[in-house]
Amino acid sequence: MTTLLDYCSLVRSKNAGPFTLTFDFMCHDQAAYDALVATGFLNPALFATLYDADPDQILVVNHPLALAVKVSLPRPTVQGDLRDTDCYAGQQYAPLMDMEVTPAPLHSS
Amino acid sequence: MELRILAPTGALGAGFDTDAFARGVAALPDVIACDAGSTDSGPAALGSGTPKLSAQAVTRDLRLLLRARDELGVPLIIGSCGTSGRDDGVDWVAAIARSIAAEENLSFKLGLIYSDQPAQRLRDLYDAGRIRPLPHAPAIDRDLFDRGHTVAMMGIEPLQDALRDGCEVILAGRASDTALFAAVPQLRGADPGLTWHMAKTIECGAACAIPPSANGLLATLREDHFDVTTLADGTRLTPRSVAAHTLYENTDPYRVAEPSGVLDTTGATYEAVDERTVRVRGARYLPADDYTNKLEGAELIGYQTVVFGGVRDRVVIDALPKLVPMAKEYFEAKILDVFGGTVDPADVDIDYRLYGAGAVLGGSEPDPLAPRELGVLITVTAPDQATAHAIATFVAHASSHLPVPEYDGLVSTLAYPYSPPETDRGPLYRFTLHHVATGVAPTELFRTTTEEL
Repeated sequence: MTTLLDYCSLVRSKNAGPFTLTFDFMCHDQAAYDALVATGFLNPALFATLYDADPDQILVVNHPLALAVKVSLPRPTVQGDLRDTDCYAGQQYAPLMDMEVTPAPLHSS
Repeated sequence: MELRILAPTGALGAGFDTDAFARGVAALPDVIACDAGSTDSGPAALGSGTPKLSAQAVTRDLRLLLRARDELGVPLIIGSCGTSGRDDGVDWVAAIARSIAAEENLSFKLGLIYSDQPAQRLRDLYDAGRIRPLPHAPAIDRDLFDRGHTVAMMGIEPLQDALRDGCEVILAGRASDTALFAAVPQLRGADPGLTWHMAKTIECGAACAIPPSANGLLATLREDHFDVTTLADGTRLTPRSVAAHTLYENTDPYRVAEPSGVLDTTGATYEAVDERTVRVRGARYLPADDYTNKLEGAELIGYQTVVFGGVRDRVVIDALPKLVPMAKEYFEAKILDVFGGTVDPADVDIDYRLYGAGAVLGGSEPDPLAPRELGVLITVTAPDQATAHAIATFVAHASSHLPVPEYDGLVSTLAYPYSPPETDRGPLYRFTLHHVATGVAPTELFRTTTEEL
């Protein structure tokens, strides 16, 4: 089984201001980055399900020079508001780490 | 052309290594800048005016910066004073600066730039349709501005006016972090795309270094590129670590919004010069049609008392998710009874967080957990502190004697580490704005005073 953490040297979540939750998936190397992007695993539908967000408000950006994929979405609870549990949004990535990622099929030339 | 910009630390009061700072000073920078604030520690700093970092820590850092500035004779620019950039935060850091100047026998022209926004001005902007929501912004109404505290986030222009006026030390209210580093280079005619990208790269101090730290970076800006150099011993920079910094605490690494336009890093390239230095080219700045200043607001929404306990009995752990909703119903009736109807249970929030059973992720927790012990954080939020405390006392009492169906007699269901178990947490604030004021002159929302020290 291949997990997201197998592709990444760092997975983190953070606030991008009080109203936006953002994730950075930093890959081990170029091969891991290419392989992860090819799976299409990090897509708006996944984050919409996990964090109860509107898929149209989810931004997925591939950053090849940083060998990273970035995902930003509306913060489920406004930072610091009543019943917010994670002021810095620093632990919101945790459920993603061990998720199984199905490798993309190899293309034959 | 060559301009050197020293970013000594990620935040004033976060501390930095003096040897690393000395290396930066020895490079003869044209400006020293750092920010002193953020929204990242939550709405309390803006709502209450309480700085996140201590006066002792801010004094320690500011003393070193003021001494170096004096030695070099270059501007020192500090933004978002007092964490939130409120007027009282600027005054707080200014008082520290005056004390240090007296103790160290330093003379300089001090500029203070204030960014608090009076409610009447905000209502006028609102009525004129000149307050526009940013993505994911909450709904607002025109009465909101009376209920809380609002600051505007300045760009480079108020800072540049103070520089033109001869200010040698500038303590700014809420300011775009990048503006602090971009103000001097832009004034001297540097390329705006490179300048803003340089500013974005160094604004967190050595956060993009390996390993990351609060220590400093030096940027050297030339005609068609900038070099960024890490200053602390034992740290390095790589093209990737610098490129990746555009990701940090940012929605989109390729488009970074500023009051006057957008930094577009799509075409940027990163090249290693040596272990400590990376050369960057290729970012563009796209000026906006309309100048905007971001608004940040926070309002008081209640007072809290917290109770913390733990459960080790597995029977109680299993029963707790069913017992908590029952307890909440009981408390509604109890509030009506104890306060004789003067407190509406709808105005009181009683929240149980079961740490060890998904409290951190709440509804997003995908897996059922089987902990051996559980931390129970109970938070009571009420319109005033006395009411929150009074409710918390019976909540704490009842919560430690919840009726566990499997047991016949009275059992203590919670282990309290403190006596008394209730702790008053004080006021709770909420961020109210994620908006911009449109069609403003770049300095219109800010007020500057100067003094000679």
